[in-house]
Formats: sequence, C-alpha cells, structure tokens
Amino acid sequence: MARVALRNVTKIYPGGFQAIKGIDFEVGDGQFCVLVGPSGCGKSTLLRMVAGLETITGGDIDIGGRIVNQVEPADRDIAMVFQNYALYPHMSVYNNMAYGLRNRGMGEAEIKTRVEEAARILELGAMLQRKPGQLSGGQRQRVAMGRAIVRQPKVFLFDEPLSNLDAKLRIAMRVEIRKLQRRLKTTSIYVTHDQLEAMTLADMLVVMNSGQVEQIGNPLDIYQKPATTFVASFIGAPPMNLLPIRSDGIKAQLPGATDGGILGIRPEDFVVSNDAGKGVAFDLTVEAIERVGAETFIYGAREREAQAVTATPGELPSGEVIVRIPGAEAPGIGQRIRAVAPRDRLHLFSADGRKRIDL
Amino acid sequence: MENRALFAGKLLPCLLILPQLAVSLIFFYWPAAQALWQSFLVQDAFGLSTEFVWFENYVNLLQTPEYYQAIAITLIFSALVAFFSLALGLLLAVMANRNIRGIQIYRTFLIVPYAVAPAVASVLFIFMFQPGLGMIARALQRNGIDWNPVLNGTHAMILVVIVAVWNQISYNFLFFLAGLQAIPKSVIEAAAIDGARPMRRFWTIVFPLLSPTTFFLIIVNITYVFFNTLGIIDTATGGGPNGATETLVYKVFQDGKVGTDLGGSGAQSVILMVIVVALTAFQFRYVEKKVHY
Repeated sequence: MARVALRNVTKIYPGGFQAIKGIDFEVGDGQFCVLVGPSGCGKSTLLRMVAGLETITGGDIDIGGRIVNQVEPADRDIAMVFQNYALYPHMSVYNNMAYGLRNRGMGEAEIKTRVEEAARILELGAMLQRKPGQLSGGQRQRVAMGRAIVRQPKVFLFDEPLSNLDAKLRIAMRVEIRKLQRRLKTTSIYVTHDQLEAMTLADMLVVMNSGQVEQIGNPLDIYQKPATTFVASFIGAPPMNLLPIRSDGIKAQLPGATDGGILGIRPEDFVVSNDAGKGVAFDLTVEAIERVGAETFIYGAREREAQAVTATPGELPSGEVIVRIPGAEAPGIGQRIRAVAPRDRLHLFSADGRKRIDL
Repeated sequence: MENRALFAGKLLPCLLILPQLAVSLIFFYWPAAQALWQSFLVQDAFGLSTEFVWFENYVNLLQTPEYYQAIAITLIFSALVAFFSLALGLLLAVMANRNIRGIQIYRTFLIVPYAVAPAVASVLFIFMFQPGLGMIARALQRNGIDWNPVLNGTHAMILVVIVAVWNQISYNFLFFLAGLQAIPKSVIEAAAIDGARPMRRFWTIVFPLLSPTTFFLIIVNITYVFFNTLGIIDTATGGGPNGATETLVYKVFQDGKVGTDLGGSGAQSVILMVIVVALTAFQFRYVEKKVHY
C-alpha cells in the first residue's frame, strides 16, 4: 500500500510530440483514482509512465515515498492489468498467476497458497489447469486480475481493462473490481475513456484532455461543478447543453451574465413547463425523441438565433438542445414545447470555456 | 466457416488447376517415377543391355560402408547447419526487433544473403578460406591453425557448414522476425512488470511463443540441408577430401552423373524421396497441428 504522487510530469516523444504537458496530482493511500479522457489525451501514456513502460521526460513520479523515474517496472512493486489482458498463452491459469511470484524467488508452497486464495476470490478455482485460450473473455479478465492480486503490490494499474468485454459483463466486472479494491485497500490507478465507468469507480477522478489535467476531484463534485466546458460535456451522458450567451433571449433572462460567456445546462435539469419562474426558458421545436424506458430524451431546435458551442466531445449539432424527461410522457415530433431550467442549476463559463464563473 | 470458392461447372476449375498439375507432373512425378524405375534396373558398362533386377540395387547399397558414412555425414551436417542457422537467425531477429534508428536498413541487409545463389556464395567462401590465398585462411594460419579444407576432412566440413549456414540465416531471420513481431507487446510488458529480466523473459515467454515458427524452420532447414546443398558442396569441396563432405544427395549426384551407376543412384534417390515425404508428413501431422498453445 502506498501513496502515488506525480509532480510536473511531462513526456515528449523523440519526434517532438508532447504527449503529457506537466501533470501534478497525488493519489492517497488506498484510494481508487480514475484517469478519464477521450482517445489520445495521454491517459494511457501517463499510466504506462507510472508502470515504467514509458520513459519520463520531465518531473518526478513518486511511489510510496520513493522517486521511481529510473526504476525498472519490476522493481516498482506495481501490478498492471492490460486492455487485452496480456496473459501468457502457453501457460496454465495457475502458472500465469505464479509467474511473477516465481520470478521473485518465492517458495512453491507460498505460491500455491497465494494463487489458490486469489482463485477463490475470483472464482477461478475450477480453471487453474486451463490455458487462456480455453477461457471466455470474462474469465481471462479475472485471470489478469488474479495475476495482479497474488503479487500483493503497492499499486494496481488498470489500462482500460473492461473495454474488450460485452456491455453486460462490463457492468458486472466494474462492480467486482470496485468491491475487490475496497477489500484489498490497494492504491489503484485506472484508465478509461468511459465516463460512466469513471464516475462509478473513482474515489478521485482526473479528467484529462490533450496531455493536460482539466479537473481533479471526486466524481460528484466534478459532475456538479465542472471546471471547464470540456469537462462539462465529457462527464455526463447525454452531454451538457452548452449555449453561447449573446444579445438574445438567454442574456435577457440572465441578469448579471457577461456578454460572450457560455451557459451550460444538463439535460436532466430541464422541466417542461409553461411557467418560466426563476429560471431560463427555451422555446423548442421537438425534432427527435429517444425513449430509453426510465427516461426520454427530447432533441429540440431553438426558435431563433440558435447556435450551441461545439466543445470537443459535446458533438451536439448547433442550435440543438437535449432535454431529459421521465419515461412515461413524451411530446410528438414537431410539437413546440417550453423547457425551463432553474437558476440554481445553471453553469456559466467564460467565452473560451476554460473557466467556470460562479453565478 | 465456409471459405470455398464455388464453381458452376467442372471445366473452369479443371482448367485452373491444370498448369500447377502440369508442372508437378513434368518436373516432379515423371523424374520421380523414372528414378523409381531405374532403381530396379542394372545396365552394363557400355549401356548395351539393361536387366530388371528387382531390389538388387537396394541390397547392394545397404551393403556398402560408404553409404552409411554418407548417412552419418548427412546427419552431422544437417544437425550443425540447422542448429547454427536457427540460432544465428534467431539472435539477429531478436536484435533487429528493437526500436533503434535505421532498423529498416539493417533488416533489409540481413535478408540480402538469401538472394545470393548457393554456388556463388560457395565460391566467395572458397576464396576467403583458400589456404595460402584467402584472407580468413591466412589469418587462421597466422594464428597457428593449420587451416586446409583441401586435405583436412574436418576443415572441409566446417567450410561447407559455414557456407550453408550463411545462406540459410536470412531465411530463418525473416521467419523469426515475423514470429517475434506477432507476439503481443503487452505480453512482454506484463512479464517485465512480473519481474522477469530480459534473459528470463526470452526463455520463459518469447521462446515458447516462437515454438511454432521454430518447429517449422527446423523441418524446412533439414529439408534444405538434405537436398539443396548440392551446389555448395560441389563447388566448395566436391564431396572430399576422401568423402568427408559427401552427403546423401551429393552421393546420388556423384554415383549417377559421374559414376554412371544409374541403378544405384536411382535407389538412393528413392530413399531420399521417402525421407522427404516422411519429413513433410511429419510437419503436416504434428508440427502444424500440435504445436500451439
């Protein structure tokens, strides 16, 4: 068990590409930290730097009070679960788990105890003599986990471990991983591009974008108070509506809002109502309806000047607003509705989207 | 999965396989049948009369001590060539499988020797190892080694082994490199995190995962040494001195072409054919099916 600290860590590839642009954060002892961001944001590179699989161009990585910049992966006392599991295909499940222990010169009796304990926790007992090729995806995933836990390392590193599983298994394994980590109390760093996985697993969430940290915090804080429009649109599904504040209806309804700012409203914060009350009201024409069962999403077009801000992961057509309503009711397509967002649920950002402005 | 082409009639598929069949028949089956037929015949010294003698040629062959010497030489020769060409090919492939500047250039140059005809390679090495003339031979002599492949059977064997190995390394290198690149990088990384040092990583992870390639190459190399080293031996040593480098295939050539004992040579060819068929069958039956993980 250990604390992991990153101090102004940078990574520049020989070609000059700067993958990591100075990252600082600290994962407390026993904490579950999730690095989340879109593809190519550098989250996997950062994890591999912690593992020792990528060199560090600048800054320090500290595991348990020791700077490990020059330390071999084997000597960092970490275990990693890879996206494709990276099991040794020619070894049985037992030997896959025992390999790391044998390399460290542990006695066979102790190895047996540890592997059997891990197999019991992960329900792999019946498969110890099988080869990885004879296992299903979920079972391979569990062997990869087993290989990590038998070592009893200071830190677990997870590189998108669930992305090769089907949706149902992914949810089950997500819960398993969380339970296992709570039980073992091992400091963990987990990389994913799936914001739902990130929200549900993390004690501490690090949102990354193009080699930089956008925001660090606990998942709910980040959800409720995103620091930038990037975070606002990346965390939460469907994404937050981001609308420019110009000399139009929005500005009139928002006394004190600066010109050129960006207004953010989560789809679930809207209420379909004729009473504007103490909020901001939009008149929308319903363009599409998505019924998910428990809830329904309305894609509506704004009446007049209608241009949403395109924040990178937002992917909303300009002028479109998403409104979430309970599942039972739904307006017809082409119908006109009025969606109202209460004032205390609004998010306000500077014009470049880099700064949150408190109302 | 059904992965076959379907044809409406029978004419087109027959026409399509005809060229391949014709090549096989004319260049493989016909000579093979002739060798088989010849192996049952004895001709007098002037070629005037031919007699059908059943297995007499085979019986004679198996009573000649030289034939057993040729078998022993072939086994030693093929073991040495297969071992060194595989080991060196693997070593070079491991070296060339790293991310270093200009790696493409190294890889290309490592493949080039395969394009050199065996006889040409042989001539180059004869020059280098020529006692009194060759630079390597003279260097050896300066260092007190009385190098002389023309008189010393062991030296002659070393010379043909070097030529054959040099010729075969590129081929093995290419397959080993492809094999190495097919090993997922994350498996190696997982082993590194699991505390395996590079040497241990190689022997416990990389080498076992390469085993399908290795077994394939062992068979191919043995087949190569058994049958395709005729040119090398003929140019380098001519089977000498005193039969020290006379392998089975060279003896076929020597007895048939030079000694004009067509019956005995035919019998030897048939035995060689049986060996290659056995090797190929072994490869298909066991190597391609059983060596996987």
